[in-house]
Amino acid sequence: MPTVHFTANLQRHVASPTIVVEGATVGEVLAAVFEQNPRLRGYVVDEQGAVRKHMNVFIDGVQLRDRAGTSDAVTPESEIYVIQALSGG
Amino acid sequence: MSDTLLVSTRKGLFEVRRHGSGWSVDRASFLGDNVTLALADVRDGSWYAALDHGHFGAKLHRSEDDGASWVEIGTPEYPPKPDDEDDVGADGRSIPWALKLIWSLAPGGADRPGELWAGTIPGGLFRSRDHGETWELIESLWRHPDRKRWFGGGADFPGIHSVLVDPRDSSRMLVAVSCGGVWETTDDGQTWTVRADGMRANFMPPEQAGDPVIQDPHRMVACPANFDQLWVQHHCGIWRSRDGARSWVEVEEAGPSTFGFAVAVHPKDGDTAYFVPGISDQLRVPEDGRVVVTRTHDGGRSFDVLRKGLPQEHAYDIVFRHALDIDQTGQRLALGSTTGNLWITEDAGDNFEQIRGHLPPIYAVHFVPLSPS
Repeated sequence: MPTVHFTANLQRHVASPTIVVEGATVGEVLAAVFEQNPRLRGYVVDEQGAVRKHMNVFIDGVQLRDRAGTSDAVTPESEIYVIQALSGG
Repeated sequence: MSDTLLVSTRKGLFEVRRHGSGWSVDRASFLGDNVTLALADVRDGSWYAALDHGHFGAKLHRSEDDGASWVEIGTPEYPPKPDDEDDVGADGRSIPWALKLIWSLAPGGADRPGELWAGTIPGGLFRSRDHGETWELIESLWRHPDRKRWFGGGADFPGIHSVLVDPRDSSRMLVAVSCGGVWETTDDGQTWTVRADGMRANFMPPEQAGDPVIQDPHRMVACPANFDQLWVQHHCGIWRSRDGARSWVEVEEAGPSTFGFAVAVHPKDGDTAYFVPGISDQLRVPEDGRVVVTRTHDGGRSFDVLRKGLPQEHAYDIVFRHALDIDQTGQRLALGSTTGNLWITEDAGDNFEQIRGHLPPIYAVHFVPLSPS
């Protein structure tokens, strides 16, 4: 099953340990994560499920392409990183 | 008089309290995080803080113990946009159906404990009936055909920054929108009527300058003791209403200028109001580097320019729309600036004292109201 890692910067606001969940797309994987950790959802995606503007998702080193639909495919061996883009001051 | 002030800043929420010897910063909450607003609800003593994490979105927290601890509560959420709906603002930008910022928080009426209102960017008004745990979009305003004529001012998208609940009737409300005018409901949010007659938008072509739906009120306040007396600091000047927003009359002279963001009205005397002027839209600094507050006691016919205790050379502070507040007695006012300066007056503006000079940029100040009992 794919493994999902979350940026350490999220931990200040909501606990988000590395987790192994089922799913064939990024959207399915994240949905499985959020089922176990509902509060995390709003920190990673907006209310329509789109990845937040200043967040990034990498699947086996490749940046997520479908930010609105999160339909990018993952494999059972995938390593997924949910990290933040750099911005602000 | 209120002895506690909540100061929302780019880097945290600061509680400023009056002790025997004066005002001091007693506690910082959410240090390092962007706190855009705070509200102390006089009905039950709850405190609310709105955060904008940037990366992680806008969030709301509530405290039941005067800020000692905070719990994250529900966040207003927009519904999915129908696939066949084209939602493009008047400026041609596509309006996202997603929360960008919580831009105002207001308690519901005294007869509706736990009811809260949130005005947001990109233009949705939300109601909670359970102390902020869950929120519902007021669909009637969001789906009003004229909502699509709103557009962003300084922000990319339009937003509701002022929500006023009529203390005589909790089902009557006024909200102000940048840029979208002033809207009234008298039936608890079922229907809405634009109420910006008399305002003028000189940022529009002349034939559209009087269009009420595209006005840019920066901030709207109503006198609690006489709710029909309203003031607006508008992008293009100062307006007041004596008839509950049915008509607005411009105040053309107000000390150094009529440009600014914030306005405060005396809690009992609707003719007394305060402003913090910048030079102009094009030049958003105090005139001659001198921070002043302007005060009228006669409904805008004349203004005092108050400067005692405020910096009078090389000061470039701007006071944003939620960063001027007045307490329930009308004697104490606080203002906080983009430069991180915080001032309080205890004599209705005759003398100000600088409380702190190195706070993060200040977005909002709010006196914790004393309960009526």
